[in-house]
Amino acid sequence: MQQISASLKNAAKPSVWTPFNIVAGIIIAVGLVLTVIRFTGGLGAVTNLDHHTPWGLWIGFDLLCGVALAAGGYMTSAACYIFGLKRFHSAVRPAILTAFLGYALVVLALHYDVGRPWRLPYPIFYSQGTSSLLFEVALCVFLYLTVLFVEFTPAALEWLGLKRARNLVVRLVLVLTIFGVLLSTLHQSSLGALYLIAPSKLHPLWYSSYLALFFFVSSMFAGLSMVIFESTLSHRFLHHKMDEHHIEQSHGVAISFAKAASFIMVGYLFMQMIGLAADNDWHYLTTGWGAWYLVEMIGFVALPAFFFAVGSRERNLRLIRWTALWAVLGIVLNRLNVSLVAFNWQLPADQRYFPSWMEVGITLFIVTLGVVAYRFIATRMPIFYEHPDYKEQQEE
Amino acid sequence: MEQAFFTLQEFMTHTKAVVYLLMAAALIGLPLFWLFLTGRDEKKRTF
Amino acid sequence: MGITRRQLFGWMAAAGAGALAPGVAKAATGKHFSGYPESFGVLHDITHCIGCRKCEAACNEVNDLPAPDKPFDDLKVLQDKRQLNATAYTVVNRYQFESASGPLYVKTQCNHCLEPACASACFVKALRKDETGAVVYDASLCVGCRYCMIACPFQVPAYEYDKAFTPRVMKCTLCYPRIREGKLPGCVAACPKEALTFGKRDELIKEAQRRINRNPEKYVDHIYGQFEMGGTSWLYLSPRSFSSLGMREDLGDKAAPEYTSGALAVVPMAVTAGAVLLTGIYAIARRREQIAEDERQAAVAQTRAQAEEEMKQKLAEQKKAADKERESVVKREVEKALKEAEEQRAADKPAADDDSGKET
Repeated sequence: MQQISASLKNAAKPSVWTPFNIVAGIIIAVGLVLTVIRFTGGLGAVTNLDHHTPWGLWIGFDLLCGVALAAGGYMTSAACYIFGLKRFHSAVRPAILTAFLGYALVVLALHYDVGRPWRLPYPIFYSQGTSSLLFEVALCVFLYLTVLFVEFTPAALEWLGLKRARNLVVRLVLVLTIFGVLLSTLHQSSLGALYLIAPSKLHPLWYSSYLALFFFVSSMFAGLSMVIFESTLSHRFLHHKMDEHHIEQSHGVAISFAKAASFIMVGYLFMQMIGLAADNDWHYLTTGWGAWYLVEMIGFVALPAFFFAVGSRERNLRLIRWTALWAVLGIVLNRLNVSLVAFNWQLPADQRYFPSWMEVGITLFIVTLGVVAYRFIATRMPIFYEHPDYKEQQEE
Repeated sequence: MEQAFFTLQEFMTHTKAVVYLLMAAALIGLPLFWLFLTGRDEKKRTF
Repeated sequence: MGITRRQLFGWMAAAGAGALAPGVAKAATGKHFSGYPESFGVLHDITHCIGCRKCEAACNEVNDLPAPDKPFDDLKVLQDKRQLNATAYTVVNRYQFESASGPLYVKTQCNHCLEPACASACFVKALRKDETGAVVYDASLCVGCRYCMIACPFQVPAYEYDKAFTPRVMKCTLCYPRIREGKLPGCVAACPKEALTFGKRDELIKEAQRRINRNPEKYVDHIYGQFEMGGTSWLYLSPRSFSSLGMREDLGDKAAPEYTSGALAVVPMAVTAGAVLLTGIYAIARRREQIAEDERQAAVAQTRAQAEEEMKQKLAEQKKAADKERESVVKREVEKALKEAEEQRAADKPAADDDSGKET
């Protein structure tokens, strides 16, 4: 289908009525309507948030999952530029683009979620509540979004043909990468640390004084899996945009990333056990909550880790790609468990939160915006290929 | 100095503010110092 | 006990001669903080409460909150458990028990923690602990992130979800503007049964202990709020376990900021150490690359040198061979020439010079 639309594009007028465009169009139209309702009627008009559950799907999915899945950006650029693993070079741009869009959408989602979005700059510029972990999250998201934006600009500047500006930015890559790694380390972990203040509300199996570390470590394999998963999609739909260099490297990238993710996941499992032991939470494992915890740990960490291992040993790309999707779902499950499922676990069932269809609608709207923006950029700017003018420089 | 704080909350707000400023100083200072440190090295591309 | 206007003004004159309050929070470094000296609180003696809802009415009036659906003298609302919300800073709930002795009434409102979780969580300092003891909210700073609601272990802050442009966090203020004017909080002033006692927190704790000691059979030996979450300005006395009255007894004594201080302390250090570490890793990776490059070049140079050496040797050999050859050629030529000359000579004078030819 992609080929057809691509050839149509070359032939004459591109057809707007592709299935992708129709579905995306509908979601965006509904999203715009919901946006109007949200900003004229208040949060109560579209969400099921209440006194007990002030943070719902928009925080649990859009913020926590969005940030975790954007971790591919810092993982890939750190591997390439800091650790000097040049063979990942072709994976850097797509990962940076995903991360940039991911963070931009997180910030967009926050505009929906907070009561007075026009005050979002307050914590940074006006009244700094430095004792709050949310302050740190805000600071890091703000700075990291800026860093990602600058890291992404070379692609846009090459597209626009602004050579001098582009060369200037490229010289900053190393400093930006180090900043990026530091900032993401911090706020990946501080997103977990957000929940440290509520030990009485989060189920002990998920609450741990190591929560920050767990969020950080899981973001590492989340990012790696997301790079593999997203490259699978790109290969399926944007193959014609890739140069030989990218295609050549991408198999190696997938196998190496699967190997790394697998090892980190096994390490994460041990860390989780140490966390349980530190608080002596073993007895909860025999309860219903324990069963759910084990579903997460075995079904969505241990098994993907195993299949990543098999996949990278046998160089089985198909297996690696499916496992990447699985691992990504595992991260989503983990973040939703911490923020929604195991949060307020002591409340009676009828007072528990479940997102309204409109909340889901806004979330879909935001994700769709991301996919559309990604496609727009990846089909125009040098993301999957090296711009001919700068080939030499990049190969150094 | 310590008498100025009656709650841990106040103490943390103050100390963290100072610490964040120092952190910013470190983030700006370290790269600059790195440039000074490696300024005389033979000119090899450092990104 | 109560408190008079004069006492209140007395407090305002009093310099902070710190009487150590029982709730003591620690920083990561072991520093102690004993809260604002002479700060106020309220003691709620559940045994005295009759569930008349006069405190609710007073609160509503004092804080200019919207009128409720059912009037405050309608006691039928007590049949259901109610929770705090954006239009009620305080509610009274009834707890019925099978064992005679009648129902118990518990008033709920912000407990005004000594180390408020909400203030610790607020990233714009919209919430703070006031020196009067009140935990005070400033709507002009609030972004509306609702992290305070996540943080509060007592589920106190409520949010105006239905407002599009000016949503606020709503919670009891301990009537701190009234306290500063020398008045009692609205609910305390309205209570007809002395179920609520306003005063300095230290003194309230002593008073509560006195009541327990005087009537040990009437009260459980626990002042709720003395240590909970690092201590609260609002204190409770009860004839039954507090958990049977919908109050959590599993919160622990640790103040909220103590849960986060560790994670917060790691951050700036991790950044700074991380910057050093990552630069180091980068430099090592570069160095390694450099060494690999140097080695490759050295290897190339060596190979070249070797090849050159071999070439030289070969050349020398060739030269030697050539020299030899040339020598032998010369020799041969000379011999040949001599031979030819001889032959010539022999041919020139074949008979006559027989002897001379032999001589040569």
